Amino acid sequence: MTIFEKIQYTRSGKRPTAAAYIDALFTDFIQLHGDRRFGDDSAVIGGIAMLGDIPVTVIGIEKGRDTKDKIQHNFGQANPEGYRKALRLMKQAEKFHRPIITFVDTAGAYCGIGAEERGQGSAIAENLYEMMTMKTPILSVVIGEGGSGGALALAVADTVWMLENAYYSVVSPEGCASILWKDSAKASDAAQALKPDAESLYRLGIIEKIIPEPKDFSADTEKDAFFHSLQVELADEICTLQSKQPDILLAHRYEKFRKVGAYDRNHN
Amino acid sequence: MDLKALFKKAGNTLEGGVRIVKKRNSTLACPRCGSEYDKDSVLKNYWACPRCGGYFRMSARRRIHFLCDADTFQEFDRDMVSKDILNFPGYSEKLAGAAEKCGQKEGVLCGICKIDGYDTCIFVMEPDFMMGSMGSVVGEKITRLFEYATEKQLPVVGCTVSGGARMQEGIVSLMQMAKVSGAVKRHSDNGGFYLTIITNPTTGGVTASFAMLGDVIIAEPGALIGFAGPRVIEQTIRENLPKGFQRSDFLLSHGFLDAVVPRQELKGYVGKMLRIHA
Repeated sequence: MTIFEKIQYTRSGKRPTAAAYIDALFTDFIQLHGDRRFGDDSAVIGGIAMLGDIPVTVIGIEKGRDTKDKIQHNFGQANPEGYRKALRLMKQAEKFHRPIITFVDTAGAYCGIGAEERGQGSAIAENLYEMMTMKTPILSVVIGEGGSGGALALAVADTVWMLENAYYSVVSPEGCASILWKDSAKASDAAQALKPDAESLYRLGIIEKIIPEPKDFSADTEKDAFFHSLQVELADEICTLQSKQPDILLAHRYEKFRKVGAYDRNHN
Repeated sequence: MDLKALFKKAGNTLEGGVRIVKKRNSTLACPRCGSEYDKDSVLKNYWACPRCGGYFRMSARRRIHFLCDADTFQEFDRDMVSKDILNFPGYSEKLAGAAEKCGQKEGVLCGICKIDGYDTCIFVMEPDFMMGSMGSVVGEKITRLFEYATEKQLPVVGCTVSGGARMQEGIVSLMQMAKVSGAVKRHSDNGGFYLTIITNPTTGGVTASFAMLGDVIIAEPGALIGFAGPRVIEQTIRENLPKGFQRSDFLLSHGFLDAVVPRQELKGYVGKMLRIHA
C-alpha cells in the first residue's frame, strides 16, 4: 500500500476502534464520565481497568462502529471537554499511582464554534503541559489516525507505539495539499511528502515500536492472536516503565521530546 | 483621503489581519481606512493608524524596538537555520524566500532584554517568515529560551503570531508543541513567570501549546486567536461564523484572556507585570 492508501485504510471503518481494544485487552473496565467542567464528550472514552493483574487508567478516542454509533461519538473528533476529561482521568491515575494507557484514533480535534468558544487550543495545550510531568508511566498506541494536535494531546507519553498501517501527522494530507498546492486532489502527493507512516516515524525516532497488524481484522483468529500479543507487550512495557524511579521516568520523557528536531548554523 | 480608498478591499492577509500596503517609497496606507502616512508618523503611533487605530502588521524587530528598553536586547541563537528534514517539495526554496523577504533567518527572535528596567527573557515571532509557522528551529529556540530562563530564574515574555505548526517538517513540527510545552512547565514548576502577548493572527499548534500556557495571557485588540482557522470551521459546519468570532474580545468574554491591551499601552502593562513578579 502507498502511504495514502494506508491512510484511507485507517479511515475505512474496517479496523477495530478504541472501544474494541479496551474490550479485548483489559478486564473489569469501569467507564468514568465527564470533565467536571462542562460535559461529557463521548469522542473520548476512559476509565479504570485491569491489565492482567495491574490496575491501569485507560483512555481512548473512539470513532464509533456503525453510523449511529459514529454520530454518537462525533466520529472520534473530540471537543475541549474530551481533552479535559482525559486530563482529569490522568490526574486521578497519577494520584493513585496507576499507569496510563491511551489509544489514539482521530482525524483531529473537532473544528466547530462550540469547540473554539470553550477553548480547544487551551485544552490541548493544558494536556501537553501536564502530561510532561505526570508522575506515572504513560504509554500511547496510535491505532489508526493520529490527527495532529488532537492526537498529540493524548500522546505525550514515555512510550509511543504505532500500528503498522496507522499514520500520525501534523496535518491531514488533504489539508496540506489544499493549503500548499490549492488542490486537495493532490492529497496522495502530500501524504508521500509528509511521511506520516509508522516506518518513517520510527526512523525519525518519534515512536518506539511498530505493531504488526493482521492482514484482515475481520478474521477472528487473526484478530485474537493480534490482541493477545499486544496484551503481553503492553504488560511488559508497563512493568518496565513502572520499575523506573519517577524522577528518572520524567527526565526520560522530557528528553524524548526535547531531542526532536534538526537545524543548521548559518553565520552569514 | 479619497473615497476610492475608503471602500478599497483589504489586501489578502494571513487571516483577515491588517496588512501594510506599501505606496510610493516611504508612504504607508492603512488598509482598514485607506489613509496614507509617511513612515515616521506611523512609527510615532506605535505602528497603528493615527486616524482609525487599525494595526499595521509588525515585524519581530519592530516589536522588540517598542517593547524592550533601548539597546538592551541581546539575541540568542541568531544563526540557527532550518533543515529540510523530510526533503519536502519546495521547502528549501520557501526558506530562502522567507529569509530574503523579512531579513530574518527564522520565524522567531529570542533573547534577553530589560523592560522598564526589569531583566527578562523575550521571544517574538516573525509574521513574515512563513506566517510565523513553527518548525524545528522555532521550537528549539523557544525551548532553549525557557531552559535558560529556568536556570537564571528569569521571567519570559512571549509575543505570538503564527499560522501553527509548519507542515513542511511534518511530525517533527508537531512534536515541537510538546517540547516547548514541557520547557514551559519546567519553568513554571521552578516558579518562573510567563506572560504571553497574543497578536494577530495566532492559530493552530501555537495556540494549542505555548500561546495558551502563560501565567498571564493578554492579546492585542482585534487579534484572530483560535485552534482551527475560521475558513476550516466554516467548511466543516457549513454555516457563517458570528461577527467577532475568535477575535480578542471574544476570547476575553469566554475566559481565555486576562486582558485586551492596545499596542500603545503594551510596554507599560508588561513593565508593571514584571515589577510585581520581580
